[in-house]
Amino acid sequence: MNDLYQRIFADPEFQALQRRRSRLIWMLSTIMLVTYFGFILVIAFAPEFFAAPLGADTVITRGIPIGVGIILLGLALTGIYVHRANGEFDTTTADIVQRLRDDSR
Amino acid sequence: MSRAGPLFVTIAWASWADPVRAAGGGLPEVAADAPLNLPAIGMFLVFVVATLVITWWAANRTRTASDYYAAGGGISGGQNGLAIAGDFMSAASFLGVSGLVYSSGYDGLIYSIGGLAGWPLVLFLLAERLRNLGRYTFADAVSYRLGILPVRTLAACGTLVVVLLYLIGQMVGAGTLIQVLFGLPYEAAVILVGVLMVLYVSFGGMIATTWVQIIKAALLLFGSTVLALVVMYRFGFSFERMFSEAVAAHPKGMAVMAPGGLVSDPVSALSLGVALLFGTAGLPHVLMRFFTVPDARAARKSVFIATGLIGYFYLLTVIMGFGAIVIVSQDARFLVDGALRGGNNMAAIHLAQASAGDLFLGFISAVAFATILAVVSGLTLSGASAISHDLYASVIRRGDAPEGDVMRISRVASVVLGVLAVALGMAFEGQNVAFMVLLAFAVAASVNFPILILSMYWRRLTTRGAVVGGATGLLSAVVLMVLGPTVWVEVLGNAEPVFPYRYPALFSMLAAFAVTAVVSLTDRSARARAEMAAFEAQYVRAITGMGAAAAARH
Repeated sequence: MNDLYQRIFADPEFQALQRRRSRLIWMLSTIMLVTYFGFILVIAFAPEFFAAPLGADTVITRGIPIGVGIILLGLALTGIYVHRANGEFDTTTADIVQRLRDDSR
Repeated sequence: MSRAGPLFVTIAWASWADPVRAAGGGLPEVAADAPLNLPAIGMFLVFVVATLVITWWAANRTRTASDYYAAGGGISGGQNGLAIAGDFMSAASFLGVSGLVYSSGYDGLIYSIGGLAGWPLVLFLLAERLRNLGRYTFADAVSYRLGILPVRTLAACGTLVVVLLYLIGQMVGAGTLIQVLFGLPYEAAVILVGVLMVLYVSFGGMIATTWVQIIKAALLLFGSTVLALVVMYRFGFSFERMFSEAVAAHPKGMAVMAPGGLVSDPVSALSLGVALLFGTAGLPHVLMRFFTVPDARAARKSVFIATGLIGYFYLLTVIMGFGAIVIVSQDARFLVDGALRGGNNMAAIHLAQASAGDLFLGFISAVAFATILAVVSGLTLSGASAISHDLYASVIRRGDAPEGDVMRISRVASVVLGVLAVALGMAFEGQNVAFMVLLAFAVAASVNFPILILSMYWRRLTTRGAVVGGATGLLSAVVLMVLGPTVWVEVLGNAEPVFPYRYPALFSMLAAFAVTAVVSLTDRSARARAEMAAFEAQYVRAITGMGAAAAARH
């Protein structure tokens, strides 16, 4: 079993898959972190930006759609990750493991 | 509430745990002569009977340790998503956030966003690897390649500190809330909560705890949806009308449409953000839910569903809060000396009565009680797992304890935790326990999160680094919280805080990461080399799920 683990780890196709997976993980995490902490920093340093109404005839401020947008963004990012990971990544991983298991027989 | 400074989360989390303060001292007289709320008590009794039947059913299905700790891995992704959302939709979120929107408008939305933003990170970084590496507790994953004794002891300490702090906050909140909602005495309420949670956890284990949480989450989502629809109906389903009438009704006017409380201190704002985001990723009672699903695929799906439900729920609380500004704040029935009867966290409850009548008030009150019960049950199970699975089975018995013994210890531990929670709940009656839930998040972000994430992603992490770094995070979070304004000034009554910031998480988490890194990098022991060498096998298992605990038989 340990030998199989090592061959999976060293497998070029597995490593390529992991690079794709890592890129996606860090990209999505960065988007979420930058958005969230950007939101917090605007509140800390320039709250008047969020206080501006969207138009002359409305009381709805910029902060409302931006806030709701961040919640929707969080959901969209998780949706993207689950779609890729439960589809492409899992299938490829299973193929690699199967191939290396067969090789060892 | 108009006080400048980043108080809003203290208030959102704690005003419900501490309505005396939030209500400006107006609560005790109200509570003392609160009439028995019969429809609420009736509906709550139905909930209790139903959950006890479920516990009986679950107890019959709980044969192995896997059943007890992880529901045999037989919970589906969708069900687990509801349960995770339920863990997070506590009474603090339901009553605290809608009350915060009621009192200061937009600030409530800021809190909601903080509560949501941690979930995508849990998904990207933790969920699937945790599922593939562990069995019952997150300590399983951390001790995969590190020294079992020291690392499990540390993880169990991190778990128990978070669980106990969180439990005290919930118990004090529960006692006060039930006093107001049902007209029951504080002590009776606390004992009732303690007895029920011990019954669920000790007999029904994870199966009962999960189903109680799922049912409560469904009831809470249903009740909140109805309430939000009734509010929107009143405003002709126009957000513009709802917001403009709220601006006209609220003493702060247009200020309710903009951030108000966070502006004075950027460091506290950041530190709070850190606590919310990374604390969420280190809550032991939420992390253990990933072991109840059959595989990594279901674990991922459950986070997606939980994120959607939590986001939806937070949007509902915003509607409830703004609706209450218009509907409740102008209704003399709900006001005492111009302030909300029972405190701001009663906004959603009063809104239910004002907009849908006494029967619906009873329903919402019963749901609020059920919410507390479900959350404390999850906490108790998490604490009992840390004591029996991490400390007893792995540390004291070195892994050779029979399964039956471990489960027996777990049941005893849940009773002990229940007694402790009731005793502490009574000891802290009427006191400011705001800081305890904040500290729980800070400890989760400074102990559990760093050692978990580094064990999975950083080859160079060693046992020595994890233990010294984790202990640093724990100590610094506690010490900075005690020396900060929340405890040093507001609880202990000193004039000036020693540590100027309200939220320690930014500093304690950075300290934990830094110390862990330095100690690991300078660790030249043979054991450290062996631990690094084991990283590849751990990595392959975390990704592929080969050798991971499978679903038992369901």
